[in-house]
Amino acid sequence: MKAKVIVMPKRSVLDPQGVAVRDAIHHHGVSAVKAARVGKFIELELDGTQTEAQLHEICRDLLSNPVMEDYEVLLEK
Amino acid sequence: MKAAVIRFPGSNCDQDCMLALREFGVDAEYVWHKETSVAAYDLIVLPGGFSYGDYLRCGAIARFSPVMRSVVEEAAKGKFVLGICNGFQILCEAHLLPGALVRNRSLHFRCEHLFTRVENFTNPWLNTAVTGQLLNIPIAHGEGSYLADPETLIQLNRNRQILLRYCDSHGAVTHAANPNGSLENIAGICNARFNVFGLMPHPERACDPRLGSVDGRVIFESILTRLGVRKAA
Repeated sequence: MKAKVIVMPKRSVLDPQGVAVRDAIHHHGVSAVKAARVGKFIELELDGTQTEAQLHEICRDLLSNPVMEDYEVLLEK
Repeated sequence: MKAAVIRFPGSNCDQDCMLALREFGVDAEYVWHKETSVAAYDLIVLPGGFSYGDYLRCGAIARFSPVMRSVVEEAAKGKFVLGICNGFQILCEAHLLPGALVRNRSLHFRCEHLFTRVENFTNPWLNTAVTGQLLNIPIAHGEGSYLADPETLIQLNRNRQILLRYCDSHGAVTHAANPNGSLENIAGICNARFNVFGLMPHPERACDPRLGSVDGRVIFESILTRLGVRKAA
């Protein structure tokens, strides 16, 4: 069983990495890309004994920082 | 009076902090992050560096080191805690200070001497300085852009918890003098009780004239005065 955690900078927070990536894409000649945001993708292997509350706890307290980031967790059987 | 310099895996300013403290005659010891108590110390210093290689986020993993539980407990009792650079990041991650430190807006790692302005001296950390005093203290960081929600920022201003702001050599707090994109040029803040102080500049690197500035001394002199180790001038 796996959990896939996506951590993204909050919309309200300037993401300088995303701006640099977008600019690099433009230099590459693809002007269709209007914006890019850079986050993290974390894959957790689970033995199935975890609770949903525990998963959210580690996402909130460790894997992301709610001051600057939002997270999403997807469970895969 | 005893001081602790906490060592995390990846701390690299621990010896600089130790040297600065010992120059002031402080009885200071290194404390490994696996230790579970810092109750014996009156001043707890979290030095700069790259704890846990900055994995995940700066300070995110160090915050869960065994010693941090005791640091949080001692801070709650009013003990003095100083976080410098990565130490500041760890204090924010541990919720001992509000807000967070994010990637410099320029994406550049900035390593240079620059000026910060003392915004408030009526606190344990700058009681031997004056408001408006300029401090030439070096910075060295890639993630030092201070971020907080608008309510937190209002609180910090209202309670005068912002102790240092980046400024130019004339003391003007300008956009050009902001090295990292910090909100309101914030370089250092305190908690509401003023016993926890975090700053991105490195005062321990500005205590010896051979290093180009001794302006960092005022922070050590102030807290040692507060702790009764030094007489007020």
